[in-house]
Amino acid sequence: MKTAVIVFPGSNCDRDLMVALESITGIAPHAVWHADTQLPDTLDLIALPGGFSHGDYLRSGAIAARAPIMRDVIAAANRGVRILGVCNGFQVLTETGLLPGALMRNAGLDFVCRDVALEVVNANTPFTNAYAQGEILQIPVAHHDGNYAADEDTLNRLEQQGQVAFRYAEPVNGSARNIAGISNEAGNVLGLMPHPERMIEQAHGGTDGRRLFESLLAELV
Amino acid sequence: MKARVTVNLKPGVLDPQGRAIHHALEGLGFAQVADVRVGKVIELDVAEGTTEAEVAEMARKLLANSVIENFRVELA
Repeated sequence: MKTAVIVFPGSNCDRDLMVALESITGIAPHAVWHADTQLPDTLDLIALPGGFSHGDYLRSGAIAARAPIMRDVIAAANRGVRILGVCNGFQVLTETGLLPGALMRNAGLDFVCRDVALEVVNANTPFTNAYAQGEILQIPVAHHDGNYAADEDTLNRLEQQGQVAFRYAEPVNGSARNIAGISNEAGNVLGLMPHPERMIEQAHGGTDGRRLFESLLAELV
Repeated sequence: MKARVTVNLKPGVLDPQGRAIHHALEGLGFAQVADVRVGKVIELDVAEGTTEAEVAEMARKLLANSVIENFRVELA
């Protein structure tokens, strides 16, 4: 599986993602700088990491979503290439319009940094097929702007079409319908606030994040 | 010339910051406040002759997120 991690100024989980991807796929991912204009050829997965791209100026992910490399990322998404956005990467994906809705300041106004209980709402996506439907995972979150917002019609559509991939199984940030992660209509783009790449080996305190990457791997073999 | 873009959350979108400010005002004894909404003002120094439509395009493409925000453009 050939993968790339996009690095923005202020990304801080890019290395975690790269370590996770290499440990699970056996192949080192390409690190691609935001100011580049072209992605490596024939990628199977493009990952957008967590962090505080451009200092969260204007809105979280807003400036990164307009970075030169994002034109190629959006084109790849439209060709069906798998795109994963974690935390700030999820914010970037909503800002590009690849995913609907927006991520707003946490309802409690606090930065939330802890393990949370996360329900797998749809185990029938390329990102979740190694999980069981309804399974509860323990995955850390670390964000200030994770409060998912969209209009009622969009929320209903997301639920009806199985685009809600993950839901918080406990109160975390005030997200509409406790949404923690969603996919696009075609199913090849997934964004989530929790950090699966921080739960891939026992030293992390658990391995519940591992199967997200294994799902992708199984899908592509 | 100057252009000013005022960005506000759409009505109905929860504004946790506004709510926190409201609470603080109540704590200071300002009981007359019914609601608080926080927005932002972006001032641009633009070339003479820049039109309102051009600034609105900037707002649509970057300055505001139409999922959650409305904007207003003023030229001066």
